[in-house]
Amino acid sequence: MRRTRAGEPSELDLMATACLVPSLLYVLVMFVYPFLYGIYMSLRPAKVAGFSLANYLTFFGDEWQYRTVWITFNIAVPNTVVVVSVALLLAYGMRRGIWLERTVTTILVLPISLGVILLAEGIIGFYGARGWFNQLLLGLGLLNEPLVLTHNYIGVMLSLFMQQFPFCFLMLLGYISGIDPSIENSARTLGAGPWTVFYKVMLPLMAPGIAIAFALVFVMSFGVFPSAILLGQPAGATRTIAIAAYQQAFESYDMSYASAIAVIMGVFQMAGLVIIVLLRRRMVMAATMGVGKR
Amino acid sequence: MAVTIQSLRFRITKRFGAKTVLRDFALEVRGRQFVTFLGPSGCGKSTALNILAGLIPATDGDVWIDGERIDHLPPEKRGFGMVFQNYALFPHMTVFGNIAFGLQLQRRPAAEIRERVRGMLELVQLPAFEDRYPGQLSGGQQQRIAIARALVLQPRLMLLDEPLSNLDAKLRIEMRAEIKRLHTNLGLTSIYVTHDQTEALSLSDWVVVMRDGVLMQAGTPQEIHDQPRNLFVADFMGFRNFFPVQVASVHPDGSVEAAGNGMRIRGRTRHALVPGAAAVAAIRPDDVVVGQQAAGSNSFRGKVEIVEYLGRGNEVILALETGARLWVHTPERVTPGESVTAVFPPEKVILLPPEGAGGAA
Ligand SMILES: Nc1ncnc2c1ncn2[C@@H]1O[C@H](COP(=O)(O)OP(=O)(O)OP(=O)(O)O)[C@@H](O)[C@H]1O
Ligand SMILES: [Mg+2]
Repeated sequence: MRRTRAGEPSELDLMATACLVPSLLYVLVMFVYPFLYGIYMSLRPAKVAGFSLANYLTFFGDEWQYRTVWITFNIAVPNTVVVVSVALLLAYGMRRGIWLERTVTTILVLPISLGVILLAEGIIGFYGARGWFNQLLLGLGLLNEPLVLTHNYIGVMLSLFMQQFPFCFLMLLGYISGIDPSIENSARTLGAGPWTVFYKVMLPLMAPGIAIAFALVFVMSFGVFPSAILLGQPAGATRTIAIAAYQQAFESYDMSYASAIAVIMGVFQMAGLVIIVLLRRRMVMAATMGVGKR
Repeated sequence: MAVTIQSLRFRITKRFGAKTVLRDFALEVRGRQFVTFLGPSGCGKSTALNILAGLIPATDGDVWIDGERIDHLPPEKRGFGMVFQNYALFPHMTVFGNIAFGLQLQRRPAAEIRERVRGMLELVQLPAFEDRYPGQLSGGQQQRIAIARALVLQPRLMLLDEPLSNLDAKLRIEMRAEIKRLHTNLGLTSIYVTHDQTEALSLSDWVVVMRDGVLMQAGTPQEIHDQPRNLFVADFMGFRNFFPVQVASVHPDGSVEAAGNGMRIRGRTRHALVPGAAAVAAIRPDDVVVGQQAAGSNSFRGKVEIVEYLGRGNEVILALETGARLWVHTPERVTPGESVTAVFPPEKVILLPPEGAGGAA
């Protein structure tokens, strides 16, 4: 914090603090209160009087429920890695602009504007058993029977990729093209080839952007709900934790148990974010190692 | 210390789409020379430097060093050092890490790296800064680290793209001397880009004046300063007063008499002017002598219009009786409205072909 010479907070600080009030209020009303209320609800199961951990114990004692955590991670982690890696590669390749850049970017970004439902219908139409994709491969004689790409794990992954890739790509492209090109040029003149430039210079500079991309995509995929229902097997292989919470809330009408599941989901998301932040530190350190002071 | 080259020779044409940014830009630089590319913004100086460094491809042309053609080599294989206008230090590495970067890529032993980095920091007079990050340095300090980072690899050619343009006037003069000192002491061959004529004149052995991607004149600082070859270079080198004239007579020693718009002007020329040819007489504001005596040869009466105090003298605009305006720098105290005589010493007046005739030569 900036202080004036007497150690008093300066006028600027007071102003800045005052400007923070609306956003603090927003966070309190929209996040902190519902979150705390959810925790409170989850500790007051309907069948028991007073506070109890019964909901949590039930969840972790019931395989049908606790395996949703594994299922969700099994979707969210690979999806995040694939989305961010592909977006990073493309954005890195396009950082200095390419031929027909506008057209390419528009095509890549179009799925954002479609919405999940239309996208899901499109995916079923295209990748389904009777869809063009399979018909083409069958017609060419590359397949004997259609590939099952929808209403299973692959379907959910396809749908998540198409929803999340455009925004992740745009975010990374903005971040990477904001890095001063003369930094990488100077690395080149100092003897670094393209790969060394990527690893030793650009990667650490992109690390904050990549970490944000990881965090956002991970959180979005962890909450996967419509895609898991429309393109997956919501009663089996893609029954994610969000579906479990939904069923408790709106099928069994047990808000308390549903809240407990939501809290569990939040805790795992937080854990994922913490791991991402730690990995980001490692990434910067690994690249600067050997070029720092010894 | 540095590997000394014998010569660098290049001829470059560069087009961005339909726009030609460098047109047959050709030059030979000898080892240990300090060459500047001088020209107004957008004339293609940085483009030329980046092509030499291998950072952007030329549309056409070639680059040779000591008989070896190098324009197909990627930048990391050329062994040139480059200093960028905005320093381009690696923000995530310490000063030590920045300077050691190139040496570490060459897999030098740690002890040698440490020694050479420290030696460089001594040389640029920032010995205690090893552990700082670039963000913790002033502009001038970053500048010196950027120079040290390039120099530590003992480059066979140093390329500097307006390295002083972000510094304040005082630091600029200090760093100018510093760069010249390093160049001389280390036996470097350097190409320096600037749009500041003072910088070019004070640093260089050889000045290359450019305009719109075309070489307008190349020569020693004295030649460029005293004998600009065309109106563009004259204008760029501070000739402010131009009078269109017709040549009356030319003498073998290069002195010329000319007349136009009611002025008879004596001067000198390096061009093959013939009597009757159109020409332009030019003189710098500093070379005009202002006095009160009556008009004689090569002198003109005029009325003071505007006086601006500049500290060391005055910048004065005179309205000559012939109708022309004359810019003058003079230590004389003159007041607006006063009538004075402006004398053109004939050895300070140059006669040039008019624009379009023998422009780029
Ligand atoms: N990537 C590019 N695409 C199209 N035109 C370009 C590109 N880079 C440079 N130019 C054009 O080439 C010309 C020369 O640019 P350059 O950067 O070499 O100028 P400069 O002499 O270094 O100017 P300054 O003193 O302002 O740095 C300019 O007219 C510029 O607009
Ligand atoms: Mg430039």
